[in-house]
Amino acid sequence: MTVFSPLIDHFNYFIIIFLMVSGLYVVVARGNMIKKLVGLMLFQTSVYLLYLSPGKILGGTPPIIDENFQIYSNPLPHVLILTAIVVGVATLALGLALVLRINEEYGTIEEDEIFAAGDEDK
Amino acid sequence: MVLLSLLAAVTIGIVRLRNLFAIVILSGIYSFLMASVMIVLDAVDVAMTEASVGAGISTVLMLGVLYLTKTEESAPVHSPALPLFVSAVTGAVLIYGTFGLPPFGMADTPVNTHIGPDYLAGSIPQTGIPNVVTSVLASYRGFDTLGETTVIFTAGIGVLLLLKRLRRAEPDK
Repeated sequence: MTVFSPLIDHFNYFIIIFLMVSGLYVVVARGNMIKKLVGLMLFQTSVYLLYLSPGKILGGTPPIIDENFQIYSNPLPHVLILTAIVVGVATLALGLALVLRINEEYGTIEEDEIFAAGDEDK
Repeated sequence: MVLLSLLAAVTIGIVRLRNLFAIVILSGIYSFLMASVMIVLDAVDVAMTEASVGAGISTVLMLGVLYLTKTEESAPVHSPALPLFVSAVTGAVLIYGTFGLPPFGMADTPVNTHIGPDYLAGSIPQTGIPNVVTSVLASYRGFDTLGETTVIFTAGIGVLLLLKRLRRAEPDK
């Protein structure tokens, strides 16, 4: 039990890191613009979880004050992540608009084809 | 734990699939799973936002862009070895780092003892709002939220400018 308990205690962090690393991999390895944006979203949501996980208290309730409850989870990460989600969708919208503009200019959303087209122009 | 494992499974699907339509739908599923995990983590306000913004608006935006572009990703030209290596090393370092973090769900960690209890204690006497997330968002950290709306405004202007050029360019063709 003593060998496995750190693994179970930190299971959420392992999943978070898996999500983060796969997001990083998608952003770096894949040339398709939309896929890159989805990878960025994966990375971003893993950071949301990274913030929210330490704020959870076992046996606690959501931080809405009520006299029937004594233990509340930490409200501060929730506020920070609310801001992050909204900013995240704003950047996603901007990125998608850029993708549309690139598609109009080059007729493709694949990175390699865009580079090839850029080389021909020179 | 089951939800987190499902999240990991959906992520593998997103990384491996090449059909962009399937990827966008999977990312919607991913956002809903993420919202469920957030409810388990007691972050109900965040879960609502994630379900509406992450699964709703993001998916609709991406589907709209897919409609205007193409839905199939071409095969990768470069070998994935180097990105895979970079990702694996990053992941290994981060996992080594997690062992310094406190175990899940403890109340006596620095995160939960530093300032969170002050907000919880002060919310009713100082602002009169029972939902502490609302009182911190709109009252204690109101300027932060003002900055957030500025970011959204700027992004909106950027999107409008980019798409306006798109619309003007079309009649010329």
